[in-house]
Amino acid sequence: MQIKALFFASYRDIAGSDELEVELPVGASVADLVVSLRERGGAWRSLPSDPAVAVNLTYSSLGTPLAEGDEVAFIPPVSGG
Amino acid sequence: MTSSRCAVTADPIDPCALLADAGGSDGAALLFVGLVRNHNEGREVGHLDYQAYPAMAEATLREIVEEARGRWEVGSISVVHRIGRLEIGEASVAIAVTAPHRGDAYEASRYVIEELKRRVPIWKREGYLEGDSEWLRGYTPHPAGEEA
Repeated sequence: MQIKALFFASYRDIAGSDELEVELPVGASVADLVVSLRERGGAWRSLPSDPAVAVNLTYSSLGTPLAEGDEVAFIPPVSGG
Repeated sequence: MTSSRCAVTADPIDPCALLADAGGSDGAALLFVGLVRNHNEGREVGHLDYQAYPAMAEATLREIVEEARGRWEVGSISVVHRIGRLEIGEASVAIAVTAPHRGDAYEASRYVIEELKRRVPIWKREGYLEGDSEWLRGYTPHPAGEEA
């Protein structure tokens, strides 16, 4: 299944891009997505193994199951205001 | 008035317009404006770059405003956050609250800015006068019900 990963701020610097389509096996969770990205090596190793994420605009835990077309945003510590 | 407006914008914020739009029949109107500061943690700051996840930032702001409505008796609550490059002294965020009584306006306004800083997906990169820049590390948001 295809998942859309979004990157912001310092995580965008790591990803080198603001958006990435990732192919994952059916039944994969957010944690599986994180592992697959970190396994790309290089700068990806700087992505925390337990980042804050939002699935389809809602803060979610690493165990959240993903579905085809889900939008997973990687959220570094926020600093608005 | 019971309206609310939550927006993330690249356009300069006009705090007085936000206050005027909030309406004036409630008895109290309160305006909070956050400005770009020229120093932080001992370093001289030249400008800030704000980035947001706009769809989620606006949705989270609406959620926070609804929570404030549930806790205090307020009329309208409007929140605008700026993104992009901001110079020293420019408004980065403005919150206008109207309420029948001042206590509720102060409490609701304080709640909105504190929760905004804790969980709205917006980030700032400080550009220092020495030439380097850095994303500020603020709060790590948690899923609802899993606050650390």
